[in-house]
Amino acid sequence: MITRGNGRSYGDASLNPVTTLSSLRLDRLLAFDQQNGLLTAEAGLLLSDLLAVFVPRGWFPSVTPGTRFVTLGGMLAADVHGKNHHVDGSFGDHVEHFALLCGDGVVRCCSRTQNVELFRATIGGMGLTGTILTITMRLRRIETPWMLQETARCRDLDETLAAFDASQSAPYSVAWIDCLAKGRARGRALLYRGEHVGEAALPTGAKPPRSMAGPPRLRVPIDIPGWVLNGWTVQAFNALYYRYSRPGNALIHYQQFFYPLDAFGDWNRLYGRRGFVQYQCVVPMAGGREAILQLLDRIAAAGTGSFLAVLKQFGTGSAAGQGGLLSFPMPGYTLAVDFPATTATFALMRDMDHIVADTGGRLYLAKDARMSVDLMSGCYPDVSRFREICRTVDPDHRYGSLLSERLSL
Amino acid sequence: MIIGALSDVGRALARVYGRQGHPLILAARRADRLASDIQDLRVRFGVPAQSVELDILDLAGHAAFVDGLDGLPGTVICVVGLLGVQKEAENSWVQAELMVRTNYLGPACLLGEIANRMQVRGSGCIIGLSSVAGDRGRASNYLYGSAKAGFTAFLSGLRNRLSRHNVRIMTIKPGFIDTRMTQGMTLPPALTAQPAEVAEAIWRAQARGRDVVYLRPIWRLIMLIIRMIPERLFKQLNI
Repeated sequence: MITRGNGRSYGDASLNPVTTLSSLRLDRLLAFDQQNGLLTAEAGLLLSDLLAVFVPRGWFPSVTPGTRFVTLGGMLAADVHGKNHHVDGSFGDHVEHFALLCGDGVVRCCSRTQNVELFRATIGGMGLTGTILTITMRLRRIETPWMLQETARCRDLDETLAAFDASQSAPYSVAWIDCLAKGRARGRALLYRGEHVGEAALPTGAKPPRSMAGPPRLRVPIDIPGWVLNGWTVQAFNALYYRYSRPGNALIHYQQFFYPLDAFGDWNRLYGRRGFVQYQCVVPMAGGREAILQLLDRIAAAGTGSFLAVLKQFGTGSAAGQGGLLSFPMPGYTLAVDFPATTATFALMRDMDHIVADTGGRLYLAKDARMSVDLMSGCYPDVSRFREICRTVDPDHRYGSLLSERLSL
Repeated sequence: MIIGALSDVGRALARVYGRQGHPLILAARRADRLASDIQDLRVRFGVPAQSVELDILDLAGHAAFVDGLDGLPGTVICVVGLLGVQKEAENSWVQAELMVRTNYLGPACLLGEIANRMQVRGSGCIIGLSSVAGDRGRASNYLYGSAKAGFTAFLSGLRNRLSRHNVRIMTIKPGFIDTRMTQGMTLPPALTAQPAEVAEAIWRAQARGRDVVYLRPIWRLIMLIIRMIPERLFKQLNI
């Protein structure tokens, strides 16, 4: 069996044809310490719920992924990262302890001092060590729900990477990259830097946009036919998006900054009935620039890239954390691209796999749906240790998913 | 006060009323299981919340239960229900009796006790969750349906009696709800409500002063049609 949160991983991580446990009704807040921001909650709590309760009180999750429709358990199991990874590390770095129901029927409390190995295996462990029941994590103080966003236009990859280097002290940074631009414009991007706005800096009368409360107002009502998103339309969209961006500062609501896609319900339908595959890799700093260039060349040559391409620089993580055994982030550059699911794009992704493997990078399990066993064990050095730990707490092999079967975890 | 607070709809109601800042009393047969819900309501909304133990089938204990509360609640919502297994209950008076006691007798007696006290106080609101199944008996669930029909008639009479005493009685008639009660059934998505949606609708209906509410609203039309089918024809149908 496998535990499933809100079903927002892109691959087969939360699927088991025999038994899939939903954690969605395990969604209670159990304790909150106003002094130090320590929150204990059940693992099925949605991040959107947490935000609705705690943002008005001046607290914010230490790390948030790009959608708020995920559960805390899912965030822990995927060890998600956010736009602040270069400063604050990943989600697991801000988790104090959690309760884990293991395959042997025992509930274990795991932290940096108790069941340490299991703690590290569960962070980023894709739910394979057991069902996460409750999580105690640290929230950060904010004064307002507003963000100051600075947009910088970067004309090619060197400018983009330089802009990341110059943004080390920015609390949040991320780049939208035009993955279809060729020649001199290769790697052109819009780099967004952001910071929480203090009360003193807030102009009076700033109100959250109406679209941010409740369910999305805009929905993709039907499956868009597959031919609509082709090399030409995406290239045209990207060129327009780049050209008409507004460099400079803007005051925006936190939901616009962190969760722009959440405003579009069912956006996945843009990719038609056959859907899409997401490809997210990280390549180390050394050789990273060359690897990204090669990846962009392949994508541009294939002409099947998407308008949702994201580049981000990862840091060394926060001082507290050493990451999970199967955690994705490592110091370097991460690139995330959506591809429509076609035969051609699967071939393209296999090409990209080689580039990633050769530079010592890796793919993100929460996004992956097609990686091979060899690539997995090549790029995650702690896989065998992970397997051993799973066997100790789950001797009968009760936990498993289509992902763990595919990757022999 | 929410009676049957461990149910999915009960939990959803606690969230909706808690968000409005109401202090909450959660009543259930196994009050110890409410501990985490109580914690949630306190942390989430900062409202006072407490759990109380109540066996709805213990009719003799109802008066003492109501007297034992710290004060009579302003609004009481009863979401107690037992779907049971029709086929088994047809051949077992024990099961049939349990269904009638759980769906009708227990809730009616308890709400009656509470209503009398609200009448004396001169204010209050009682919300009972009945069912569309009580609108017409059908072969597939007439034991459950007849108990709910009794409960619906009880609420209607109580509303009639107390309308001059500033005590409001509301009848909620849900169709399908996606809960533990209906787990494993194949339900038509367009007619099936989520617990949170039901709770939200109940709160809105109370704010608007409604008497009888169908959830989802489409069920009012469906049940109107079902009630209008002549018995001569209805008895031969399989719906």
